[in-house]
Amino acid sequence: MDNFFQESIAPHFNFWVYVVIMMIGLWAVIAKNNLIKKLIGLSIFQSAIILLYVSLGVKDGAAIPILPHHEEHADAAAPDAGQAAPAPDAVPVSESHRGADHADYAVDPATIVNPLPHVLMLTAIVVGVATLGVALALAQRIFAEFGSLEENELLIQLKAEPTDE
Amino acid sequence: MIAKIYATIAVFITGSLLIYGVSDFPRFGDARSPANAGVEGGAGSISEYYITKSYADTKVPNIVTSVLADYRSYDTMFETVVIFVAGMSIFAILRTFRSGAPLVENFRKDDSFIDGDHQRIIVGTTCRLAVPVVQLFALYVIAHGHHSPGGGFQGGVLLGASYIILALADDLAAALRRLSEARYLMLAAVGIAIYSGLGFLCMLLGQNFLDYGVLEAVFRTDGPEMARSHSMLGVEIGVAATVMAIMFAIYANLASKGTLKKAL
Repeated sequence: MDNFFQESIAPHFNFWVYVVIMMIGLWAVIAKNNLIKKLIGLSIFQSAIILLYVSLGVKDGAAIPILPHHEEHADAAAPDAGQAAPAPDAVPVSESHRGADHADYAVDPATIVNPLPHVLMLTAIVVGVATLGVALALAQRIFAEFGSLEENELLIQLKAEPTDE
Repeated sequence: MIAKIYATIAVFITGSLLIYGVSDFPRFGDARSPANAGVEGGAGSISEYYITKSYADTKVPNIVTSVLADYRSYDTMFETVVIFVAGMSIFAILRTFRSGAPLVENFRKDDSFIDGDHQRIIVGTTCRLAVPVVQLFALYVIAHGHHSPGGGFQGGVLLGASYIILALADDLAAALRRLSEARYLMLAAVGIAIYSGLGFLCMLLGQNFLDYGVLEAVFRTDGPEMARSHSMLGVEIGVAATVMAIMFAIYANLASKGTLKKAL
Protein backbone atom coordinates (compact mmCIF):
# COMPACT_ATOMS: atom_id res chain seq x y z
CA MET A 1 0.00 0.00 0.00
CA ASP A 2 2.80 2.35 0.91
CA ASN A 3 4.62 1.30 -2.24
CA PHE A 4 1.51 1.91 -4.31
CA PHE A 5 1.21 5.43 -2.91
CA GLN A 6 4.86 6.18 -3.64
CA GLU A 7 4.72 4.96 -7.21
CA SER A 8 1.26 5.80 -8.43
CA ILE A 9 -0.18 8.69 -6.46
CA ALA A 10 2.65 10.79 -5.09
CA PRO A 11 4.30 11.72 -8.42
CA HIS A 12 1.05 13.11 -9.81
CA PHE A 13 -0.69 14.24 -6.65
CA ASN A 14 -0.28 17.91 -7.57
CA PHE A 15 -2.03 17.35 -10.90
CA TRP A 16 -4.91 15.63 -9.11
CA VAL A 17 -5.32 18.68 -6.92
CA TYR A 18 -5.42 20.94 -9.98
CA VAL A 19 -8.02 18.72 -11.63
CA VAL A 20 -10.16 18.97 -8.49
CA ILE A 21 -9.80 22.78 -8.38
CA MET A 22 -10.56 23.02 -12.08
CA MET A 23 -13.66 20.86 -11.72
CA ILE A 24 -14.91 23.03 -8.85
CA GLY A 25 -14.64 26.01 -11.20
CA LEU A 26 -16.28 24.16 -14.07
CA TRP A 27 -19.14 23.05 -11.84
CA ALA A 28 -19.73 26.65 -10.77
CA VAL A 29 -19.76 27.79 -14.40
CA ILE A 30 -22.30 25.13 -15.40
CA ALA A 31 -24.54 24.78 -12.38
CA LYS A 32 -24.69 28.19 -10.77
CA ASN A 33 -27.50 30.47 -11.76
CA ASN A 34 -25.97 33.80 -10.81
CA LEU A 35 -23.67 35.44 -13.34
CA ILE A 36 -21.26 36.71 -10.68
CA LYS A 37 -20.96 33.19 -9.26
CA LYS A 38 -20.20 31.94 -12.77
CA LEU A 39 -17.40 34.52 -12.98
CA ILE A 40 -16.02 33.31 -9.66
CA GLY A 41 -16.08 29.79 -11.13
CA LEU A 42 -14.16 30.99 -14.17
CA SER A 43 -11.54 32.58 -11.91
CA ILE A 44 -11.14 29.33 -9.95
CA PHE A 45 -10.76 27.47 -13.24
CA GLN A 46 -8.09 29.93 -14.31
CA SER A 47 -6.11 29.55 -11.09
CA ALA A 48 -6.03 25.77 -11.61
CA ILE A 49 -4.49 26.28 -15.06
CA ILE A 50 -1.94 28.77 -13.72
CA LEU A 51 -0.94 26.29 -10.97
CA LEU A 52 -0.66 23.51 -13.57
CA TYR A 53 1.69 25.53 -15.79
CA VAL A 54 3.93 26.69 -12.97
CA SER A 55 4.19 23.18 -11.53
CA LEU A 56 5.32 21.84 -14.93
CA GLY A 57 8.46 23.98 -14.64
CA VAL A 58 9.47 22.69 -11.22
CA LYS A 59 12.75 20.80 -10.93
CA ASP A 60 13.83 19.05 -7.73
CA GLY A 61 16.12 21.26 -5.68
CA ALA A 62 16.44 23.90 -8.37
CA ALA A 63 16.83 27.61 -7.64
CA ILE A 64 14.71 30.54 -8.83
CA PRO A 65 15.41 31.67 -12.40
CA ILE A 66 17.59 34.61 -11.38
CA LEU A 67 21.28 34.05 -11.91
CA PRO A 68 23.83 35.23 -9.35
CA HIS A 69 25.33 38.38 -10.79
CA HIS A 70 27.23 40.34 -8.15
CA GLU A 71 30.75 39.67 -9.32
CA GLU A 72 32.60 41.33 -6.47
CA HIS A 73 30.41 39.78 -3.77
CA ALA A 74 30.26 36.35 -5.29
CA ASP A 75 33.28 34.95 -3.51
CA ALA A 76 32.21 36.26 -0.13
CA ALA A 77 28.66 35.00 -0.53
CA ALA A 78 29.53 31.56 -1.83
CA PRO A 79 30.55 29.76 1.39
CA ASP A 80 27.45 30.59 3.44
CA ALA A 81 25.00 30.20 0.58
CA GLY A 82 23.70 26.89 1.76
CA GLN A 83 20.18 27.31 0.43
CA ALA A 84 19.91 25.83 -3.06
CA ALA A 85 22.58 28.05 -4.56
CA PRO A 86 23.01 27.31 -8.26
CA ALA A 87 26.23 25.55 -9.08
CA PRO A 88 29.21 27.63 -7.91
CA ASP A 89 30.65 27.67 -11.41
CA ALA A 90 27.54 29.62 -12.45
CA VAL A 91 29.11 32.74 -10.98
CA PRO A 92 30.52 34.89 -13.76
CA VAL A 93 34.20 35.20 -13.01
CA SER A 94 36.20 38.21 -14.14
CA GLU A 95 33.09 39.70 -15.70
CA SER A 96 33.84 43.24 -16.74
CA HIS A 97 31.26 44.73 -19.02
CA ARG A 98 33.77 45.10 -21.81
CA GLY A 99 35.29 42.07 -23.42
CA ALA A 100 33.60 39.58 -21.14
CA ASP A 101 34.46 36.02 -21.93
CA HIS A 102 31.08 34.35 -22.23
CA ALA A 103 32.55 30.89 -22.60
CA ASP A 104 33.38 30.55 -18.91
CA TYR A 105 29.82 31.39 -17.90
CA ALA A 106 28.16 28.01 -17.82
CA VAL A 107 24.92 27.21 -16.02
CA ASP A 108 23.61 23.70 -15.55
CA PRO A 109 19.93 23.85 -16.66
CA ALA A 110 19.00 21.30 -13.99
CA THR A 111 19.86 23.77 -11.21
CA ILE A 112 17.44 26.50 -12.36
CA VAL A 113 13.68 26.04 -12.64
CA ASN A 114 12.11 26.36 -16.06
CA PRO A 115 11.52 30.10 -16.59
CA LEU A 116 9.12 29.75 -19.52
CA PRO A 117 5.94 28.82 -17.57
CA HIS A 118 6.64 31.71 -15.20
CA VAL A 119 6.79 34.13 -18.12
CA LEU A 120 3.58 32.82 -19.66
CA MET A 121 1.65 32.85 -16.39
CA LEU A 122 2.97 36.26 -15.36
CA THR A 123 1.20 37.85 -18.31
CA ALA A 124 -1.79 35.52 -18.03
CA ILE A 125 -2.48 36.65 -14.46
CA VAL A 126 -2.55 40.35 -15.34
CA VAL A 127 -4.54 39.78 -18.52
CA GLY A 128 -6.90 37.60 -16.45
CA VAL A 129 -7.54 40.52 -14.09
CA ALA A 130 -8.23 42.85 -17.03
CA THR A 131 -10.64 40.44 -18.71
CA LEU A 132 -12.37 39.77 -15.37
CA GLY A 133 -12.88 43.53 -15.19
CA VAL A 134 -14.55 43.48 -18.60
CA ALA A 135 -16.79 40.62 -17.49
CA LEU A 136 -17.79 42.50 -14.33
CA ALA A 137 -18.52 45.61 -16.41
CA LEU A 138 -20.81 43.55 -18.64
CA ALA A 139 -22.52 42.10 -15.57
CA GLN A 140 -23.06 45.61 -14.25
CA ARG A 141 -24.63 46.70 -17.55
CA ILE A 142 -26.86 43.61 -17.55
CA PHE A 143 -28.01 44.42 -14.03
CA ALA A 144 -28.71 48.04 -15.01
CA GLU A 145 -30.72 46.84 -18.02
CA PHE A 146 -32.70 43.94 -16.54
CA GLY A 147 -32.50 44.44 -12.79
CA SER A 148 -31.27 40.92 -12.21
CA LEU A 149 -28.20 38.75 -12.54
CA GLU A 150 -30.03 35.42 -12.22
CA GLU A 151 -29.79 33.53 -15.46
CA ASN A 152 -33.32 32.10 -15.42
CA GLU A 153 -34.89 35.51 -14.75
CA LEU A 154 -32.84 37.02 -17.58
CA LEU A 155 -33.98 34.27 -19.95
CA ILE A 156 -37.64 34.89 -19.06
CA GLN A 157 -37.24 38.60 -19.74
CA LEU A 158 -35.38 38.00 -23.00
CA LYS A 159 -38.10 35.62 -24.25
CA ALA A 160 -40.90 37.96 -23.23
CA GLU A 161 -39.44 40.89 -25.14
CA PRO A 162 -40.55 41.21 -28.75
CA THR A 163 -37.76 40.69 -31.23
CA ASP A 164 -36.38 43.56 -33.23
CA GLU A 165 -37.80 42.44 -36.56
CA MET B 1 -32.07 21.24 -9.36
CA ILE B 2 -32.03 18.87 -12.34
CA ALA B 3 -29.44 21.14 -13.97
CA LYS B 4 -27.17 20.71 -10.96
CA ILE B 5 -27.39 16.94 -11.19
CA TYR B 6 -26.47 17.04 -14.87
CA ALA B 7 -23.65 19.45 -14.10
CA THR B 8 -22.31 17.16 -11.38
CA ILE B 9 -22.36 14.18 -13.74
CA ALA B 10 -20.59 16.14 -16.49
CA VAL B 11 -17.99 17.44 -14.05
CA PHE B 12 -17.32 13.96 -12.66
CA ILE B 13 -16.84 12.48 -16.14
CA THR B 14 -14.52 15.32 -17.21
CA GLY B 15 -12.58 15.13 -13.96
CA SER B 16 -12.10 11.36 -14.15
CA LEU B 17 -10.88 11.64 -17.76
CA LEU B 18 -8.42 14.36 -16.76
CA ILE B 19 -7.13 12.36 -13.79
CA TYR B 20 -6.76 9.33 -16.08
CA GLY B 21 -4.82 11.45 -18.57
CA VAL B 22 -2.63 12.93 -15.86
CA SER B 23 -1.16 9.49 -15.07
CA ASP B 24 0.97 9.82 -18.22
CA PHE B 25 2.44 13.12 -17.08
CA PRO B 26 6.06 13.34 -15.95
CA ARG B 27 6.55 13.16 -12.20
CA PHE B 28 6.36 16.40 -10.21
CA GLY B 29 9.80 18.03 -10.02
CA ASP B 30 11.28 15.95 -12.84
CA ALA B 31 14.20 17.88 -14.33
CA ARG B 32 14.25 15.55 -17.36
CA SER B 33 10.60 16.02 -18.34
CA PRO B 34 9.90 17.08 -21.95
CA ALA B 35 8.86 20.56 -20.84
CA ASN B 36 12.10 21.06 -18.94
CA ALA B 37 14.67 19.20 -21.04
CA GLY B 38 13.15 18.52 -24.45
CA VAL B 39 12.30 15.14 -25.96
CA GLU B 40 14.85 12.37 -25.87
CA GLY B 41 16.88 12.13 -29.04
CA GLY B 42 15.50 15.42 -30.31
CA ALA B 43 16.40 19.02 -29.88
CA GLY B 44 16.78 20.39 -26.36
CA SER B 45 14.04 22.38 -24.72
CA ILE B 46 13.90 26.09 -25.45
CA SER B 47 14.02 26.76 -21.70
CA GLU B 48 17.50 25.18 -21.57
CA TYR B 49 18.63 27.71 -24.14
CA TYR B 50 17.15 30.51 -22.06
CA ILE B 51 18.85 29.31 -18.88
CA THR B 52 22.28 28.80 -20.40
CA LYS B 53 22.45 31.60 -22.95
CA SER B 54 20.23 34.45 -21.80
CA TYR B 55 22.88 36.09 -19.60
CA ALA B 56 25.39 36.07 -22.44
CA ASP B 57 22.77 37.39 -24.87
CA THR B 58 21.26 40.16 -22.77
CA LYS B 59 23.28 40.74 -19.59
CA VAL B 60 20.08 40.39 -17.59
CA PRO B 61 20.36 37.97 -14.64
CA ASN B 62 16.59 37.60 -14.22
CA ILE B 63 15.79 35.03 -16.89
CA VAL B 64 12.05 35.65 -16.59
CA THR B 65 12.53 39.32 -17.48
CA SER B 66 14.84 38.60 -20.39
CA VAL B 67 12.46 36.01 -21.84
CA LEU B 68 9.44 38.23 -21.24
CA ALA B 69 10.84 41.47 -22.64
CA ASP B 70 13.32 40.27 -25.23
CA TYR B 71 12.87 36.74 -26.60
CA ARG B 72 9.09 36.85 -26.34
CA SER B 73 8.81 40.60 -26.66
CA TYR B 74 6.28 40.48 -29.47
CA ASP B 75 3.99 38.33 -27.33
CA THR B 76 4.35 40.64 -24.34
CA MET B 77 3.60 43.71 -26.47
CA PHE B 78 0.27 42.26 -27.51
CA GLU B 79 -0.49 41.10 -23.97
CA THR B 80 -0.15 44.76 -23.06
CA VAL B 81 -2.42 45.65 -25.95
CA VAL B 82 -4.96 43.14 -24.61
CA ILE B 83 -4.93 44.95 -21.27
CA PHE B 84 -5.31 48.28 -23.07
CA VAL B 85 -8.24 46.96 -25.12
CA ALA B 86 -9.85 45.57 -21.96
CA GLY B 87 -9.64 49.02 -20.40
CA MET B 88 -11.13 50.60 -23.49
CA SER B 89 -13.98 48.07 -23.55
CA ILE B 90 -14.82 48.86 -19.94
CA PHE B 91 -14.82 52.53 -20.89
CA ALA B 92 -17.14 51.76 -23.82
CA ILE B 93 -19.47 49.52 -21.80
CA LEU B 94 -19.84 51.48 -18.59
CA ARG B 95 -18.80 55.09 -18.94
CA THR B 96 -21.72 57.51 -18.97
CA PHE B 97 -21.61 61.27 -19.47
CA ARG B 98 -24.79 62.81 -18.09
CA SER B 99 -25.84 65.77 -20.24
CA GLY B 100 -22.37 67.18 -20.59
CA ALA B 101 -21.94 67.52 -16.86
CA PRO B 102 -18.33 68.34 -15.95
CA LEU B 103 -16.44 65.37 -14.63
CA VAL B 104 -14.50 66.76 -11.71
CA GLU B 105 -16.38 69.93 -10.73
CA ASN B 106 -19.03 68.15 -8.70
CA PHE B 107 -16.47 66.74 -6.35
CA ARG B 108 -15.82 68.15 -2.93
CA LYS B 109 -13.77 71.27 -3.30
CA ASP B 110 -12.07 71.30 0.09
CA ASP B 111 -8.64 69.80 0.36
CA SER B 112 -9.12 68.29 3.79
CA PHE B 113 -8.38 64.65 3.38
CA ILE B 114 -10.36 63.32 6.31
CA ASP B 115 -13.22 65.79 6.20
CA GLY B 116 -14.42 65.48 9.79
CA ASP B 117 -15.55 61.95 9.17
CA HIS B 118 -14.22 60.35 12.31
CA GLN B 119 -14.64 56.83 11.09
CA ARG B 120 -12.20 57.58 8.34
CA ILE B 121 -9.40 59.06 10.44
CA ILE B 122 -7.56 55.80 11.04
CA VAL B 123 -8.10 54.46 7.55
CA GLY B 124 -7.33 57.78 5.90
CA THR B 125 -4.13 58.37 7.84
CA THR B 126 -2.87 54.83 7.34
CA CYS B 127 -3.56 55.08 3.64
CA ARG B 128 -1.88 58.46 3.43
CA LEU B 129 1.22 56.96 5.01
CA ALA B 130 1.09 53.79 2.95
CA VAL B 131 0.60 55.27 -0.52
CA PRO B 132 4.06 56.83 -0.95
CA VAL B 133 5.73 53.68 0.35
CA VAL B 134 3.71 51.50 -2.01
CA GLN B 135 4.54 53.75 -4.95
CA LEU B 136 8.23 53.87 -4.08
CA PHE B 137 8.31 50.09 -3.82
CA ALA B 138 6.49 49.85 -7.15
CA LEU B 139 9.11 52.01 -8.83
CA TYR B 140 11.82 49.81 -7.30
CA VAL B 141 10.07 46.69 -8.60
CA ILE B 142 9.95 48.17 -12.10
CA ALA B 143 13.49 49.53 -12.17
CA HIS B 144 15.06 46.51 -10.49
CA GLY B 145 13.11 43.92 -12.48
CA HIS B 146 16.30 42.84 -14.24
CA HIS B 147 18.10 41.80 -11.10
CA SER B 148 15.39 40.67 -8.72
CA PRO B 149 11.82 39.39 -8.98
CA GLY B 150 9.77 42.12 -10.57
CA GLY B 151 9.08 43.94 -13.76
CA GLY B 152 6.55 46.09 -15.53
CA PHE B 153 3.44 44.03 -14.87
CA GLN B 154 4.07 43.64 -11.15
CA GLY B 155 5.15 47.24 -10.63
CA GLY B 156 2.23 48.51 -12.70
CA VAL B 157 -0.26 46.56 -10.60
CA LEU B 158 1.33 47.94 -7.43
CA LEU B 159 1.10 51.51 -8.75
CA GLY B 160 -2.53 50.94 -9.72
CA ALA B 161 -3.23 49.49 -6.27
CA SER B 162 -1.76 52.59 -4.61
CA TYR B 163 -4.40 54.74 -6.32
CA ILE B 164 -7.11 52.20 -5.57
CA ILE B 165 -6.41 52.23 -1.83
CA LEU B 166 -6.54 56.01 -1.99
CA ALA B 167 -9.97 55.75 -3.57
CA LEU B 168 -11.09 53.13 -1.03
CA ALA B 169 -9.89 54.99 2.05
CA ASP B 170 -11.22 58.42 1.12
CA ASP B 171 -13.33 58.46 -1.99
CA LEU B 172 -12.93 58.25 -5.72
CA ALA B 173 -12.61 62.02 -6.01
CA ALA B 174 -9.42 61.99 -3.94
CA ALA B 175 -7.84 59.50 -6.30
CA LEU B 176 -9.14 61.22 -9.42
CA ARG B 177 -7.69 64.54 -8.26
CA ARG B 178 -4.28 62.89 -8.43
CA LEU B 179 -4.84 60.76 -11.51
CA SER B 180 -7.64 62.23 -13.60
CA GLU B 181 -9.48 60.34 -16.29
CA ALA B 182 -7.81 62.25 -19.12
CA ARG B 183 -4.43 61.48 -17.59
CA TYR B 184 -4.92 57.76 -17.05
CA LEU B 185 -6.33 57.25 -20.51
CA MET B 186 -3.33 59.08 -21.93
CA LEU B 187 -0.92 57.07 -19.76
CA ALA B 188 -2.43 53.83 -21.02
CA ALA B 189 -1.85 54.87 -24.61
CA VAL B 190 1.62 56.26 -23.87
CA GLY B 191 2.66 52.89 -22.41
CA ILE B 192 1.78 51.11 -25.65
CA ALA B 193 3.47 53.90 -27.61
CA ILE B 194 6.73 53.51 -25.64
CA TYR B 195 6.72 49.77 -26.23
CA SER B 196 5.91 49.84 -29.94
CA GLY B 197 8.04 52.95 -30.41
CA LEU B 198 11.11 51.06 -29.25
CA GLY B 199 10.15 48.34 -31.72
CA PHE B 200 9.81 50.78 -34.60
CA LEU B 201 13.09 52.46 -33.62
CA CYS B 202 14.79 49.11 -34.20
CA MET B 203 13.14 48.92 -37.62
CA LEU B 204 14.29 52.46 -38.45
CA LEU B 205 17.85 51.41 -37.68
CA GLY B 206 17.56 48.53 -40.09
CA GLN B 207 16.77 45.59 -37.82
CA ASN B 208 13.71 43.50 -37.13
CA PHE B 209 10.83 44.84 -35.04
CA LEU B 210 11.80 44.76 -31.34
CA ASP B 211 15.30 43.43 -32.06
CA TYR B 212 16.96 45.66 -29.49
CA GLY B 213 20.60 44.84 -30.24
CA VAL B 214 20.76 47.57 -32.85
CA LEU B 215 19.84 50.22 -30.27
CA GLU B 216 23.47 50.09 -29.19
CA ALA B 217 23.97 53.28 -31.22
CA VAL B 218 21.10 55.04 -29.44
CA PHE B 219 21.98 54.10 -25.86
CA ARG B 220 25.76 54.38 -26.49
CA THR B 221 26.45 51.12 -24.66
CA ASP B 222 29.46 48.87 -24.84
CA GLY B 223 27.74 46.25 -26.91
CA PRO B 224 24.42 44.97 -28.18
CA GLU B 225 23.90 43.01 -24.94
CA MET B 226 23.76 46.10 -22.75
CA ALA B 227 21.52 47.77 -25.35
CA ARG B 228 19.11 44.87 -24.93
CA SER B 229 19.24 45.28 -21.15
CA HIS B 230 18.45 49.00 -21.39
CA SER B 231 15.67 48.47 -23.95
CA MET B 232 14.07 45.93 -21.61
CA LEU B 233 13.88 48.59 -18.93
CA GLY B 234 12.23 50.86 -21.50
CA VAL B 235 9.54 48.40 -22.46
CA GLU B 236 8.95 47.50 -18.79
CA ILE B 237 8.26 51.17 -18.10
CA GLY B 238 5.79 51.18 -20.99
CA VAL B 239 4.07 48.05 -19.67
CA ALA B 240 3.92 49.53 -16.16
CA ALA B 241 2.27 52.73 -17.40
CA THR B 242 -0.43 50.84 -19.28
CA VAL B 243 -1.08 48.33 -16.49
CA MET B 244 -1.26 51.04 -13.82
CA ALA B 245 -3.67 53.17 -15.84
CA ILE B 246 -5.95 50.29 -16.81
CA MET B 247 -6.06 48.77 -13.31
CA PHE B 248 -7.16 52.10 -11.91
CA ALA B 249 -9.59 52.63 -14.81
CA ILE B 250 -11.20 49.25 -14.14
CA TYR B 251 -11.68 50.07 -10.46
CA ALA B 252 -12.91 53.62 -11.06
CA ASN B 253 -15.47 52.61 -13.66
CA LEU B 254 -16.73 49.52 -11.85
CA ALA B 255 -16.98 51.19 -8.45
CA SER B 256 -18.88 54.25 -9.68
CA LYS B 257 -21.07 52.48 -12.28
CA GLY B 258 -19.33 54.46 -14.99
CA THR B 259 -20.15 57.92 -13.64
CA LEU B 260 -16.77 58.45 -11.90
CA LYS B 261 -18.69 60.45 -9.30
CA LYS B 262 -20.09 58.57 -6.36
CA ALA B 263 -18.15 55.43 -5.70
CA LEU B 264 -19.01 52.76 -3.17
